Amino acid sequence: MEQFEAWSQLLKSGETVSSFQRFYVYFYQAFIYKDRWMQYLQGVLTTLYVTALALLLGVVLGVLVSVVRTAHDQQRLGHRNPILGILNILFKIYVTVIRGTPMMVQLLIMGFVVFSSSKNFALVGALTLGINSGAYQAEIIRGGLMSVDAGQNEAGRSLGLTYMDTMRFIIIPQAIKAILPSLGNEFIVLLKDTSLISVIGGKELLYAARGIVSRTYEAMYPFLGTAAIYLVLVLIFTWLLGRFERRLRESDRR
Amino acid sequence: MIDVKDLTKTFGSLTVLDHVSNHIDKGECVVVIGPSGSGKSTFLRCLNMLEIPTSGEILFDGVSMTDPKTDLNRMRQKMGMVFQHFNLFPNMTILRNITLAPIRTGLLSKEEAEKNARALLARVGLEDKADAYPAQLSGGQKQRIAIVRALCMQPEVLLFDEPTSALDPEMVGEVLDVMKKLARDGMTMVVVTHEMGFAREVAHRVVFLDEGKLQEEGTPQEIFGNPKNERLRSFLAKVL
Repeated sequence: MEQFEAWSQLLKSGETVSSFQRFYVYFYQAFIYKDRWMQYLQGVLTTLYVTALALLLGVVLGVLVSVVRTAHDQQRLGHRNPILGILNILFKIYVTVIRGTPMMVQLLIMGFVVFSSSKNFALVGALTLGINSGAYQAEIIRGGLMSVDAGQNEAGRSLGLTYMDTMRFIIIPQAIKAILPSLGNEFIVLLKDTSLISVIGGKELLYAARGIVSRTYEAMYPFLGTAAIYLVLVLIFTWLLGRFERRLRESDRR
Repeated sequence: MIDVKDLTKTFGSLTVLDHVSNHIDKGECVVVIGPSGSGKSTFLRCLNMLEIPTSGEILFDGVSMTDPKTDLNRMRQKMGMVFQHFNLFPNMTILRNITLAPIRTGLLSKEEAEKNARALLARVGLEDKADAYPAQLSGGQKQRIAIVRALCMQPEVLLFDEPTSALDPEMVGEVLDVMKKLARDGMTMVVVTHEMGFAREVAHRVVFLDEGKLQEEGTPQEIFGNPKNERLRSFLAKVL
C-alpha cells in the first residue's frame, strides 16, 4: 500500500521509474487498490449467472423448436397436423429474425425498447442472449436429429413406442452425442457474448473493467486482465464439456 | 390374423405394390421372395404401417391398421419387426435395448422385463452380453439380439425384413437357426428373404412378388418343385 502510493507519486510527477515499478503501480491500481478485485469477482459472478440463465433458456428453446420442426417435416403426407404447421411457421420466423439481426441490435431493442422500464439489466440481458442462442441451437440440434439413421426411429416405432418416447430415449441422446462439439462451440460463444450486455447496463465482468478504466485512465491492465479471466472461464467450460463427451462415448468402447 | 386387401403403394409415379391381397394365418410362417425392387420390403413395412399404403386395407386381428383412428402404437406392440440392418440402439446396453419398449409401454414391470430379457437371451445363447453395448457385438449377435428385442414385447406376429442380407456368410446360420426354432414353436412369421434354403425348409407358404404384383403363391414344394409363373421360373433359375 505505502509502496504503491510512493511509486504512484513518482510516476505522476514524471520522474523516471523502473519498468517493475511501473508494472507494480498499474497492476496495483487495476486490481488491488480499494479492493477492486471485488468488482471483477462480482462481474464474473454476474457473467456466470447470465450465462447459466441464457444457456438454460437457449437449450429449452433450441430443443423445443428443433423437435417441433423435425416432427413437422417428418409427418406423413395427407396427415398434416395444423397446430404443428402453425408452430413450424412461427419458429421459422423466430429463427430467421434472430439469425438475421445483430446481437447488439437485439440487446439494444430489448434493453431500451421492450424492457425500457426494467432496472434488472442482467436479467434482460440473459433473456435476450437466451432467445438469441436458442435460434442457433435449434438449427444445430435439428441437424443432429436429422443425422440419426432413420432405422433408429423405425425400430423404436415398430416396438410400439410413441413418437415422444422414441425421441426422448433413442433419437435425442444419439443426436446430442453427434452435435456436442458444435453445441460446445455455441456455449462458448454465449459465455463470451455476455460481455455485450454491458451496453444495456448489465454489471458483468467487462462492465466492471470499463468502470475501473474510466477511473484510472489506464486501459491495458483491466482489459488484459478481463481477457485472461474470460480465457480461464472458457478453459474450464471446455474441460467440463470434454468430460461430458467422454461419458457419452462410453457406448463406443469395443 | 393379418388380412391384406388390395394393398397398393406408389412413390410418386412409381407403383411399388399393385393391388396385393393376402391372408396370413395364426402360426403360419410365410416367406416372401422376389427380385430386388419387386416390392417385398414395402409389402412387409406396410403391414405395421411403417409405410403408409396409398390405398387398400390391412386388418390385424380384425382391426384396420389403415384407419387413421386406430392407435398404431398399441397395434405395433403386437407386431415385432426385425430389420436388415438390426437397428439396435447404440446408446444403450443390450439389456436396455430389449427392456426399453416393454417397460415404457407398460407391458411389463422393470423386474419382469429384465427377467424375461435374460431368459430370452439365454435361449439365443447370448446371456453373457446383457451389459455389453451393440458396438461390441458381431453382426450375427446383433441380429439375434434384435430378434430377442422384438420377442420381449410378446408379439403375436414377427416381421423379418431381409434379416440375413447384411451378415457375413458365416453368421447367417446362427440367425436362421433362431428363426427356425421360432417357426417350429408356432410363432406367426412373415419373412422377406433371399435365403431359398430357409424358405424351402421352414415356410408353410411361399409368396412370389414381382413388379409389385403377387405373381404366385403356394407351398414350398409347389413353388420350388413346380413353378407355373414364367417370371418365377426365370427368378428361380437365377437364384438356385
